[in-house]
Amino acid sequence: MDTWIEALVALFLLIGSLFALIGAIGLYRLPDFFMRLHGPTKASTLGVGGMVIASLIYFSFRGEGVSLHELLITLFLFITAPVSAHMLAKAALQQKLRISEQTRGKPWEQ
Amino acid sequence: MLAYVIPLCLMIIGVALVLTMARLIIGPDLPDRILALDTLYINAIAMLVLLGIWLGSDLYFEAALLIAVMGFIGTVAVAKYLLRGDIIE
Amino acid sequence: MKARRWLPHPLLSVCLLLVWLLLMNDLSLGHWLLGALLGWAIPLLTQVFWINPPRVHKPFKLCLFLLRILGDIITANLQVAKLILGSTAKLRPAFVEIPMLLEDELALTMLTSIISLTPGTVSADLSDDRKMLLVHGLDVPDPDALVAEIKQRYEAPLLEVFTCSPT
Repeated sequence: MDTWIEALVALFLLIGSLFALIGAIGLYRLPDFFMRLHGPTKASTLGVGGMVIASLIYFSFRGEGVSLHELLITLFLFITAPVSAHMLAKAALQQKLRISEQTRGKPWEQ
Repeated sequence: MLAYVIPLCLMIIGVALVLTMARLIIGPDLPDRILALDTLYINAIAMLVLLGIWLGSDLYFEAALLIAVMGFIGTVAVAKYLLRGDIIE
Repeated sequence: MKARRWLPHPLLSVCLLLVWLLLMNDLSLGHWLLGALLGWAIPLLTQVFWINPPRVHKPFKLCLFLLRILGDIITANLQVAKLILGSTAKLRPAFVEIPMLLEDELALTMLTSIISLTPGTVSADLSDDRKMLLVHGLDVPDPDALVAEIKQRYEAPLLEVFTCSPT
């Protein structure tokens, strides 16, 4: 395999795993639930996206023809991540979770 | 080059999994734990794709897709249970 | 209207065919035929469950819009990464209410998903009459500016692309 292709795959793998790590760090250290919700919905989804692009490039240049089916995973995650985030936020609002004092604005009464 | 990058990436994802597990254990509330489980399955997908590249096998794609589908359904079902006290009304 | 009866959702059929080909990762004639059959049969069998789908006015514009969203998602992630790794005491989270002009269900779903995927905002709740959306922002210096940006950047193109059929 070409060195350039390999470097490109490595770059995308690194970007993907770093985004996944940032999502997990956000989940771990942010103070309240609604702020924690931001990490996984965005960063982790994009992390998997980076991995999938790397895998797509890798398998396409192995000499067995183009391989695009990994795209389905990213597509599916991009459609479902906001839905599950919305459901979780609704559940959290109903449970009246503690909200950090820095937050301005009030959620509705359920 | 990939022989060095892939173990490094596996390590980074491993750290991410440990952080997520920590959030799963300390909670403090139920939605936090569900969110941690959600992140856990997304990271598991990333790990599977990585393993597929390492072993040069296409088969891991199916497993990753199945985890994506089942994980989403599980998260929505548990969130709905919290919301309504029932999954199928 | 005979064509509409036998092919209720042409766009959905094409999507199903594409997904089938992607899933099989094989472009042989047999899979094209099988995918076409599935794309024809599934919309026909599930027709009863579909609530009147919106008409897409400008498909080309929709594609451009989706591409721009993809770019926004990447910049959003860089921003959120910076916020997460920075000091948490400096964050200014806020709940913001956004009045909605969209009425169509699919368009609303798209807008809420886009809001969840782009800069530092997660859509948390939709009011019962579908007129107000509650959004949680991770770092909001100025709530009014956020509302204006979302309305102008994401809602206006969606309003243009979809005709708003009353549901």
